[in-house]
Amino acid sequence: MKAVRRFFKSFLFFELLLGLRLTGRYLLSRKFTVQYPDEKTPMSPRFRGLHALRRYPNGEERCIACKLCEAVCPALAITIDSEERDDGTRRTTRYDIDLFKCIFCGFCEEACPVDSIVETHLFEYHFENRGEQIMTKDKLLAIGDRFEKEIAQARAVDAPYR
Amino acid sequence: MFDWMMNLFYSLPTVMQILIGIQLIVIPLMLAVAYTTFAERKVIGYAHVRIGPNRVGPRGWLQPIADALKLLTKEVILPTNANRFLFLSAPVLTIAPALAAWAVVPFFDGGALADVNAGLLYLLALTSLGVYGIIIAGWASNSKYALLGSLRSAAQLVSYEIAMGFALVGVLMAAGTLNVGGIIEAQSGSVYHWFLLPLLPMFFVYFISGIAETNRAPFDVAEGESEIVAGFHVEYSGMAFAVFFLAEYANMILISALTAILFLGGWLSPFQGILPAAVFDWPVIGALLDHGIHWFLFKTAVFLFAFLWFRATFPRYRYDQIMRLGWKVLIPVTIVWLFVEGVLVAFNVGPWFA
Repeated sequence: MKAVRRFFKSFLFFELLLGLRLTGRYLLSRKFTVQYPDEKTPMSPRFRGLHALRRYPNGEERCIACKLCEAVCPALAITIDSEERDDGTRRTTRYDIDLFKCIFCGFCEEACPVDSIVETHLFEYHFENRGEQIMTKDKLLAIGDRFEKEIAQARAVDAPYR
Repeated sequence: MFDWMMNLFYSLPTVMQILIGIQLIVIPLMLAVAYTTFAERKVIGYAHVRIGPNRVGPRGWLQPIADALKLLTKEVILPTNANRFLFLSAPVLTIAPALAAWAVVPFFDGGALADVNAGLLYLLALTSLGVYGIIIAGWASNSKYALLGSLRSAAQLVSYEIAMGFALVGVLMAAGTLNVGGIIEAQSGSVYHWFLLPLLPMFFVYFISGIAETNRAPFDVAEGESEIVAGFHVEYSGMAFAVFFLAEYANMILISALTAILFLGGWLSPFQGILPAAVFDWPVIGALLDHGIHWFLFKTAVFLFAFLWFRATFPRYRYDQIMRLGWKVLIPVTIVWLFVEGVLVAFNVGPWFA
């Protein structure tokens, strides 16, 4: 009896029809594709994108070349050289992040005692030539200057949970 | 206006009439093929809960034109050890039968390019001829993947040809004529006169073998990308590849059209014999409800959609399962139903065989 039922089930395409019903249902269901360049998904204030170096409101750069970020970086993407400045403070002479090595873990930002190195919400960037993937101090500071408002806002929103 | 154009058309020499007729079939067919590829990507996208192509032109409507332009500008690469003559003639051999078969398809009453008496035989012959292109493409490419693909395709087509032929014999018994127009005439009356009901198993067998004949999913082992890269057309590029593509979709449309003609009465209206005759005299609605090319196109589109739906649903058959389905299921079903049909005809069971 069971064999007969199985025969008819396979002979009458029973399972194929079930499959067709399933795909048919999805065919008619609502699509939730995000039309990326036109529409964007909401972004968390904790989003970890392109890096930036911040400054204090008086224009002084925050980074004190403590090299904690360099030490914590699991991908060894950060290279820092430093020396004493004329006013006796220690500052970086070189602050490079190799974006090919970087895994965007955010440890550098966590490690930073002065909130200097941060990861911004920027993720739409590209390189056209070899070597452009090295984010130098100048480039990082420029990003920090340009997006300081957004960076500060994202930090403020996330502050209660830190 | 219309009469004037028809008079002008009939005053032309016969050759010109035929050439114009060919243009009237091939150009819309090629457009239909282009937009079938678009519809396929859209339908499969929707079944995947995606949107599908929508970037080129409004809602993506220019996508097939962009695809065609891309393929046209690409280089046709001739493999070093390929047989050049066969390599280049294979795409032609594939698309020629796919287009030639349309000659006997009646789009509306008397609307076939060639009213061949043995139209059904012609169709059977031409739909089987397409396999030569595939076999030659596989052989001429001098590639093991292409050869394997064409071998699989040949074995599959030979197996399903038989079931398809038997299904056509069923139609032939019911209609009593080989003329395609005559087959449609034999189904006139009402929806119940269509061959769909008395030949239901034949209908399924025909459509399944049709899918297998066109090497479409779930019977697309001839191009199984996980096993043999792309099958018989691995070595083809540019326009030579596009021609195979065109042939595949033209064949799909042809099989859909033939299923509509042989089992659903082609251009016959489903409302004939159900609604009172006076309805068909109403100005616009009457013309829409009456027989006409729009019913033929609608029925074809339904089957074409089924092709795409199957592609979105079913995984590829294993090779031995294809052979089992062809030889051990479809052929016995057709033989049994030929016998049943013989009994129905012998006892004049109405309304079909009365």
